[in-house]
Amino acid sequence: MVMSQTESAFADAQSLEQDIAVSVQGVSKNYGAVEALKNMSLDFPRGQLTSLLGPSGCGKTTLLKIIAGLLKSDTGKIIVNGKPVTGPGPNRAFVFQDFALLPWASVMRNVAFGLELRGVAKSEREDKAAKYINDVGLAGFEGAYPHELSGGMRQRVGLARALSVDANVLLLDEPFSAVDEQTRRKFQEDLLALVANENKTFIFVTHSIEEAVYCSDQIALLLPRPSRVHEIIRPNINRAIGVESIRRAPEYLDIVDQIWASLRAYVE
Amino acid sequence: MWFKGYKLPNMSSLLIWGLLWEITGQLELTFFVPPLSEVFVTLFNIIGTPAFTKALYETAVAFLGGVFFAIVIGIPIGIFMGRSRLLDELLLPWVNIFVSAPLTALVPVLMVLFGFGLKSIIITTTLFGIWIIILNTRAGVRQINRSLIEMSTSFGASPMDAFTKVYFWAALPEILGGVRIGVIRAVKGVIIGQLLISIVGFGALFELYASNFLMSHFWAVLIVLFALAFTISEFLGYLERKVSYYAASR
Repeated sequence: MVMSQTESAFADAQSLEQDIAVSVQGVSKNYGAVEALKNMSLDFPRGQLTSLLGPSGCGKTTLLKIIAGLLKSDTGKIIVNGKPVTGPGPNRAFVFQDFALLPWASVMRNVAFGLELRGVAKSEREDKAAKYINDVGLAGFEGAYPHELSGGMRQRVGLARALSVDANVLLLDEPFSAVDEQTRRKFQEDLLALVANENKTFIFVTHSIEEAVYCSDQIALLLPRPSRVHEIIRPNINRAIGVESIRRAPEYLDIVDQIWASLRAYVE
Repeated sequence: MWFKGYKLPNMSSLLIWGLLWEITGQLELTFFVPPLSEVFVTLFNIIGTPAFTKALYETAVAFLGGVFFAIVIGIPIGIFMGRSRLLDELLLPWVNIFVSAPLTALVPVLMVLFGFGLKSIIITTTLFGIWIIILNTRAGVRQINRSLIEMSTSFGASPMDAFTKVYFWAALPEILGGVRIGVIRAVKGVIIGQLLISIVGFGALFELYASNFLMSHFWAVLIVLFALAFTISEFLGYLERKVSYYAASR
């Protein structure tokens, strides 16, 4: 993409002043003798999608769970919206790899479950849930049960549940790894639309290089043994060319290659 | 059940055994086994009598009381043990001892502690049923999908919400299995209690009939008891099947 000098200078200045939604500062985590994370620091800009990408064992899910407040770090701290994290909180919502739906509850109750736990009245939470069920494309399935849905539809329920609590940080733990390839592509396109429309900060764990490059505003490349941030990559792909064309963009292909070059030494 | 390509009606094996029983009885091999037809005649004769209804009532009260306490105490303890490592370490040895202990031998101790009345019978019934309920609930809670627990934590569930809205339901298939076995054990408990503690209810009828060699009466009461236990167990089995659709997808 060709940029005039003033434009690129403007973009640089903007990225310097960028508003940071989540800040990871010097976080370490050990499981017994195993170092899952070592002195990790990383910033997540507000309103953008940041991927945590790396080979298995690099601690990406551990880091996500520490940000969620599901795990305690041994040292360091997490700052969300200027406040340190002490546990799970309403400003963050989690989307699980295996969906984590209540199998005995309908789609409606599952989507509204986050609000139910917050004590929101039934009619109010169901109104809100209905809106997000519609947004994720599940209108008409409100009364269905998870075992009646396909994997992709189940993850849409998980996504709607996370959206309905209106947290401004969304944590997604390999959300598309348990759905089939076609559904996955559709999901990635929908995710781009969500990032553009919802004005939320997305933190996205994935082990797919293509997925990370396709969806992300920023990619944190993590490497294992010891776990560390190897590189921060900002793809800067012009999304205006349309979701269908991104996969053919030269920037997209270059960055995929570049990341693979960094990672291949760590894949046995 | 299938026989040579024909589908036999449910429980047709009972017909075969009933027929065998009738033949054995008609052959008058032993006074211990009167013909089944005679047992049923006796059954219809005694079923409306005041002595029988009184016994049924006494047994039902003690049984339902005992099962009630076994369930409302057993399930929460099982959930707590499944969720808390500390409680589990503390209580599991005791639960394992009592689940296999000859509880009948403890009944005299209960009589000393709680007297000769209904209270002791209910406690006996509870003791027979509760341990397997605790163990099954614990097993059910321990295999709850980790991410379901993380989900409720991450959405800010209070401990009470987590127990009543997630753990209980997620462990429900195992809990129902435990309750079903516990209820069958409690049937044993209530009769043993009534035989040993105070001669009331069905226990008293068994005692009376057996000591007077009224074998057809004895078998008639046993059939009633079997029918009751079978009905309850089938009902719980039905509930179990209703929730089994999600047992595989937790």
